[in-house]
Amino acid sequence: MILSGLPLAEQVILTLASLILFTSFLLLAQSRLFGLINTFAWQGVLLFLATIMMAATYDRHHLYISAALTLGLKVFFIPWQLRRMVVRLDIFRQVETVVGGSLLVMIGAGVLVLFSYYVVLPIRELALLSIRNTIAVSLAVILIGMLMIITRRKAVAQVIGFMSMENGLFFSAIVSTSGMPMVVELGVAFDVLVAAILFGIFFFQIRAGIGSLDVDHLNRLREGDQ
Amino acid sequence: MIGWLLAISQALLFLLAAPLMAGWVKWLKCRLQNRKGPPPWQPYRDLAKLFGKEVVLAETASPVFRVAPYMVFSVTALAGSVVPLLTVGLPTSAIADVIVLIGFFALARFFLALAGMDVGTAFGGMGSSREMTISSLAEPALLLAVFTLAMTVASTNLSTVIAHLATEPPQLYPSFIFAALAMALVAVAETGRVPIDNPATHLELTMTHEAMILEYSSRHLALMEWAAMMKLLLYGVLLANLFIPWGVGLTFTPAAVGWGLLAITAKLFFLGIILAVTETSLAKMRLFRVPQYLSLAFILSLIGLLSHVILER
Amino acid sequence: MALHLAILAVLASLASALAPIPFHRSHRLLKGLAFLLLAISGIAAVTGGFLALFAEKPAELLLPVGLPWLHCHLRLDPLAGFFLAIIGLITLVVSLYGPTYVREYQGGPQPLLVLTLFTGLFVGGMYLLVLAADAFSFMASWEIMSVSSYFLVAFQHQHAKNRAAAFLYLLMAQVGGLCILLAYGVLAAFGDGFTFAAMASAQLDSSWSTIAFLLAFVGFGMKAGVVPLHVWLPQAHPVAPSHISALMSGVMLKVAVYGFIRFTYFLLGDILWQWGVLTLFIGSASALLGVLYALMQHDLKRLLAYHSVENIGIIYMGLGLSMIFAGSALPGLATLGLIAALYHCLNHAVFKSLLFLGAGAIIHQSHEHDLEQMGGLIRRMPVTAVCFLVGCISISALPPFNGFVSEWLTFQAALQGSALQGGVLSSLIPLAAAVLALTGALAAACFVKVYGIAFLGLPRSRHARKARIPQPAMLTAQGILAALCLVLGILPTWTVGVLNRIARDLLGHGLPEATAHGWLWLTPMDPRQASYGAPLTLLGIGLACLLAYLLLHPRKQTPIRTGAAWDCGFGPLSPRMQYTATAFSMPLRRVFRPVWSVSEGLEDTGTGRAYRLKIGDWAWLKVYQPLGALLLAAARRVTLIQGGNIRAYLAYSFFTLLFLLWVIV
Repeated sequence: MILSGLPLAEQVILTLASLILFTSFLLLAQSRLFGLINTFAWQGVLLFLATIMMAATYDRHHLYISAALTLGLKVFFIPWQLRRMVVRLDIFRQVETVVGGSLLVMIGAGVLVLFSYYVVLPIRELALLSIRNTIAVSLAVILIGMLMIITRRKAVAQVIGFMSMENGLFFSAIVSTSGMPMVVELGVAFDVLVAAILFGIFFFQIRAGIGSLDVDHLNRLREGDQ
Repeated sequence: MIGWLLAISQALLFLLAAPLMAGWVKWLKCRLQNRKGPPPWQPYRDLAKLFGKEVVLAETASPVFRVAPYMVFSVTALAGSVVPLLTVGLPTSAIADVIVLIGFFALARFFLALAGMDVGTAFGGMGSSREMTISSLAEPALLLAVFTLAMTVASTNLSTVIAHLATEPPQLYPSFIFAALAMALVAVAETGRVPIDNPATHLELTMTHEAMILEYSSRHLALMEWAAMMKLLLYGVLLANLFIPWGVGLTFTPAAVGWGLLAITAKLFFLGIILAVTETSLAKMRLFRVPQYLSLAFILSLIGLLSHVILER
Repeated sequence: MALHLAILAVLASLASALAPIPFHRSHRLLKGLAFLLLAISGIAAVTGGFLALFAEKPAELLLPVGLPWLHCHLRLDPLAGFFLAIIGLITLVVSLYGPTYVREYQGGPQPLLVLTLFTGLFVGGMYLLVLAADAFSFMASWEIMSVSSYFLVAFQHQHAKNRAAAFLYLLMAQVGGLCILLAYGVLAAFGDGFTFAAMASAQLDSSWSTIAFLLAFVGFGMKAGVVPLHVWLPQAHPVAPSHISALMSGVMLKVAVYGFIRFTYFLLGDILWQWGVLTLFIGSASALLGVLYALMQHDLKRLLAYHSVENIGIIYMGLGLSMIFAGSALPGLATLGLIAALYHCLNHAVFKSLLFLGAGAIIHQSHEHDLEQMGGLIRRMPVTAVCFLVGCISISALPPFNGFVSEWLTFQAALQGSALQGGVLSSLIPLAAAVLALTGALAAACFVKVYGIAFLGLPRSRHARKARIPQPAMLTAQGILAALCLVLGILPTWTVGVLNRIARDLLGHGLPEATAHGWLWLTPMDPRQASYGAPLTLLGIGLACLLAYLLLHPRKQTPIRTGAAWDCGFGPLSPRMQYTATAFSMPLRRVFRPVWSVSEGLEDTGTGRAYRLKIGDWAWLKVYQPLGALLLAAARRVTLIQGGNIRAYLAYSFFTLLFLLWVIV
């Protein structure tokens, strides 16, 4: 595919896709919780812009609602909620360390991007090649979110990883099928909202139970001889 | 013939404009910090003053110490003559493509670092060690960023790249955003600006470039300083002409060259403002934070490359 | 004609091994005869190699020696000629350098004769190896080369360390040799006999050819020293005499590369791109890890040995790219990669020999191996300093010297990755180029360290302060190589033109465009894509230097004032206050920490406390030591049958006899 053949709107969407990928990398690299939450909010902003672009270009009006939901939930409400929780839990000074060395994780993320490209490459069903490539990007965002859950120790960071996975899913939905059916979308949005609140409750429970948010402390729960 | 003439005058312009760029950034920084800075043409005066002074060498200096300033200066000048400043397609641009250009930087740095090691003081060794560490991490990021451009245009020749980008209809390359950011980060590191190195201090714990040239005096010092200013201008021109290629002269007509001059002046004017603002708003990093900074540059250029492969092909 | 010269070279080198035997009482006669014959062999090999490069068709000869059913086939095609010329060139220079250098060993515990005998055999084995055109003579000369170089490594066997290094070398050489033998076995099984011509025409399916390739990759890689098969190299090269190190590092590793190219391109023929990916990956790993390990070394020759790992990695990267393109039916680009690799072979032979000879000169004159004890040598040995500087610039891949050209060509090959169909592959290749960039930058850092610590600054020990100027013959040898570094750097078009013949012979495709624009411009694909004007670069640097000097230097000659270096007002500086090699590489040690197994700390020396730093090689600690332990444990199991009971032994014989009888019946 040659880029120059595409209309400007699609070029903008491609650019937004690459920026979303970049924020995923940033999430992986951030060691401060506030930075992490802010980056997550920025990912939401980019997602919002991409949704608006899709809605405007392809004239899908229901995508405006999705965009509004994204803006409300992922840019304002959830980051605000997380920030409040971090303050209340008094962990905003803590530096998150990455399991296994940050450079190694970065290289792993790079490999994941290539891998998801490799996975998506054979798909020929999609009408637009540009869509195939953006799906590769969104798959990469999902996988990097998962990688983040694996490599982080703090529960808050893991939650953000989870949310960024959801961002990836949402992005793939809007670029490939111009959005999921409205019911599904509303449901997912509601789920995310509930998840955010539930996680908040869990944070307090985990800390009350083991005195820390470091999930490595949960290792003690394993059965069998130590 | 006119090509060679233009090439030589462009190289001379490069030499002469370099102090102005450094002076402009310095003046702006002073204004931003509410100080009444030296005028932008102050570096010319400094150079003139240094050229008039008597050389004092350290007793322990070897011939390498005296050869190094000439090497550093002439290699940087040669690098300046191959980068398209006003127009593309000059005969000198065929001498070196962008990989050779990076090789020129490395050669100049090699001699600079050797000069730092020569006198046998702790400062010099410290500066050389830091310089080589920083540059060896910066170089792959720079090259990867350049590769993204080169793969888009299928050429490593700077002239061809710029001409190609300037003439095609305007497009939004996602990869270029990352490549430009990566290159800007590398440029800051390589030219020794805040937050990597502070050109304004001589504090032993912070300095890199200044530590290497601490023992120099007079014309040797002037050559080293001038080379550093040229390097700043070079990176500025590279960033400006590669990522905002419009305005560069495509032919050798006076009008094209004139427009090229106007365009590059305007671009560098704004780049200087950006540099001064960032330098004022940032604090210098600890040395061992620099690898993180440069790995950010590397990741940016990596994402640039990946998004070129995934999104633009 | 070319082949006759090559045979003359072989004979002369064998004569240099054997002829001095009657004269071993006189050192002068011994050295004179041995090195003269070696020089003659070098000249013959260079001329023969050159003639073969320009010959219309390869020369062949059947010698009536060898096995009854397999006579010794000799063949001199452009590829063999090229490597023959490399071997000859370095041999010639070494034979110039050697007579003075070996003076150190006169009256030592070992007779000088041993050194000359095995040097002659070693060189002769290498000549014969590139000429061989059947598996038997190839393996025979391979073993001559391996075994005689074992004796050279073990030359100073009074030190236990040297014996251990030599043993490790021999062991790995034998394992490698075995792999190569098996690889030939696979080909011979499919082809019709053991001659190369028969093997080349063998029809293999892709799985068998992959097996053959992997065996050859391990076998030749073992000798070439790619990661993780490199562990013998940094141990064996430093303990050999320096001129032998130059031969081993500069030439013997190239012979392994020759074997690899011969096997893959000539004998296997149909290259799969997956092989290229493997080669590229291993090459990148070797290049990066080689230079990172080199950075941490303080023993000059050990450091250079690790740089050999790095450079072999760069050669393998070029080959890997070439194989990927060849496997993807892009012969033009495959040629580019191959030419880059071959060019780097030549360059590495020249600059690494130069550096080893320079290191030898330092060791000869100051008796110091350790960088931390050197310093300020530029004042004591200025000519060596200049030559060594040229070597440092070349190996750091800086323009306008030769190392840069071949790395530039490798970069150009890597940039053509977008011509490939597979998206994943075409994005991995630029990453290899980024690794190459990192390698080059780290190599520059390493050689700033080497040169700055050894030659610049103040002497750190009495030996370094008292070093003498080396003898003219040693300087001439270094001067020749330094000049070659420059010539190969600024006239790349000629070299590429010559290498084109090899590529055309192997791949049936050349790079016509590369030399189409005159000797000033090297343009591998198209002048608009990339061009490099090496002579103009040199001219530009020279002109700018001259102008700056003329304009800035004062007319009237006044003596330059000197003063003490800035000491912060604390009194005179001492050499101990300088940066050390350890300190220089400390920031990089911190950045790339997981690459090495670092143990550092303070220890009491009795008079005070000293900083202690130990850098271990993961490949050694994690692969070879467990492997060795496993073997020992297995061997211990086997010793159970050796109970010491005489009746048990007789019972073994008895049962063996019974078994054999059963088999026969």
